[in-house]
Amino acid sequence: MTLSVAAGLTRSAFALDVAFETGPGLTALFGRSGSGKTTVIDLVAGLVRPDRGRIVLSGETLLDTQGGVSVPAHRRGIATVFQQARLLPHLTVRQNLGYGRWFARARPETTGLDPDTVVAILGIGHLLARRPAGLSGGEAQRVAIGRALLSRPRLLLMDEPLAALDEARKDEILSCIERLRDAAGIPIVYVSHAVAEVARLADTVVVMEAGRIAASGPADAVLRRTDLVPVGDGEAGAVLDLVVAAHDADSGLTRIDGRVGTLTVPRLSRPVGSAVRLRIPARDVLVALAPPVGLSARNVLRGHVLGLVPSVAATVLVEIDCNGAVLAARLTRASARDLRLEPGRPVFAIVKSVAFDPQDVGRGRPPVIEI
Amino acid sequence: MTAWLGLTPDETTAIWLSVKVASIATLASLGPGLAVAMLLARGKFVGRAFLDALVHLPLILPPVVTGYLLLLTFGRRGWAGGVLADLGIVFSFRWTGAALACAIMGFPLMVRAMRLSIEAVDRRLEQAAATLGARPLAVFLTVTLPLSLPGILAGAVLGFAKAMGEFGATITFVSNIPGETQTLPSAIYTLTQVPGGEAGALRLTLIAVAIALAAVLASEVLARRLAARIAG
Repeated sequence: MTLSVAAGLTRSAFALDVAFETGPGLTALFGRSGSGKTTVIDLVAGLVRPDRGRIVLSGETLLDTQGGVSVPAHRRGIATVFQQARLLPHLTVRQNLGYGRWFARARPETTGLDPDTVVAILGIGHLLARRPAGLSGGEAQRVAIGRALLSRPRLLLMDEPLAALDEARKDEILSCIERLRDAAGIPIVYVSHAVAEVARLADTVVVMEAGRIAASGPADAVLRRTDLVPVGDGEAGAVLDLVVAAHDADSGLTRIDGRVGTLTVPRLSRPVGSAVRLRIPARDVLVALAPPVGLSARNVLRGHVLGLVPSVAATVLVEIDCNGAVLAARLTRASARDLRLEPGRPVFAIVKSVAFDPQDVGRGRPPVIEI
Repeated sequence: MTAWLGLTPDETTAIWLSVKVASIATLASLGPGLAVAMLLARGKFVGRAFLDALVHLPLILPPVVTGYLLLLTFGRRGWAGGVLADLGIVFSFRWTGAALACAIMGFPLMVRAMRLSIEAVDRRLEQAAATLGARPLAVFLTVTLPLSLPGILAGAVLGFAKAMGEFGATITFVSNIPGETQTLPSAIYTLTQVPGGEAGALRLTLIAVAIALAAVLASEVLARRLAARIAG
């Protein structure tokens, strides 16, 4: 199940020219606001027609401006969750959930999720009889996600579904999206400008900048590169998939294991054995040549320098291979030179455990799927 | 029921005729009115401005002119009138002609109200419905129509009120025949032209006011119920 998009569009103040492919799993369309992410979603959904281009979903041509093909939105089998929930105000929550499903009644199930399961995962069982006007923003958005999933889509588009919500609601819905992503088994294209969201959810990241694709690749490879991450200085960082190994009640810390080694983080509310995904911002990682002594930081990982990438200002991004998993550290160029960091050099990467924001901890999943 | 109001049989006939003519005119215009309103609100086509102007014409033209144009078109010797007469449909000097005149005169008001309420429907909801698999007709029936229902109702009431009061085009097109084409306004006009008719004219005037008020109040109540349903 792949989506391939190649499209160009020129408007008075904006030009879009993109070409990318997505695979199974969740692909994040990542970029600043105004970079054209929403336009790409509208193109794929069939709500906007590009000046030129081709859009193909699992071998079916949805749009081909040269060939004169343009499948209308209602026949694409692509569901969209918009920034605002866009629930139909004259229908109850139950009717909203059933709306797309009714039109798809002749099509086979695509997600393997029945309505009861979706309602349970989203926690909206108590809202079914209500009308959208009586819902909070978070509730409405959960209903919108359910409505999209239940319409038997071949592909799910999510256009900054958390943009209109406050922080507490965001975390709640992110957890829902993680569970649905793993359970639904349909590809998802998720638009966001927040690196934390992307790091939590994405298998593949497509970076957009000013209407163009700036980079694309597996989430961990893209997100640790300061030169590729489009938002916020120093927001880039390694994305690691690990497993909760133990909780220590006395210290209030949790030990998690992965290929990278063992990390100690502030207590996570996940059971032992559950997979988690962590983002370690490159600015929070130090590099030492020898195992440090008398240091307060708890996480010291052994590895070797994989490469150096020029980064913002006078800094350089050092990629450190720790047993096959890659960490990233942002240092000043002067430090990198003083330490004589070069590919192959054995080093120790030091991460402060408070550098982990529990909000940034995602539900882990099997290793990143290749595209 | 009319005895205690002191209405003469002619006056009673005029009232019921007016209600019949206005109801038929309103019901018959609903479909075309909705179609034109939808075209004007959502359509993108060449000649949209022309259609808009054409719809508004009866509002701007002197009613007598509209009536005369109807007479020329749908009269016995009019081009459409001749064809329709062969099919057994006769407008001239019949109550059906009064209904046609009322429908034409009320059409601009009806379309205007419907169009405004359709334009007020959030297009993003219609888009969301489309992405969920609803084809354009289904989007119209399940999203646009229910959400613009209060405005459509208001348009119908406006059209009905206009039809109840329509005088100039009606009298020009189908004359003022008691029992056939003498609607409430025509009856009032006739009564004011004869000595001693003032009392009858006043009675009919009060009834006209009462009917208009009742129609507006009823639509207000209905519109509120619909709005409350949407607001949950």
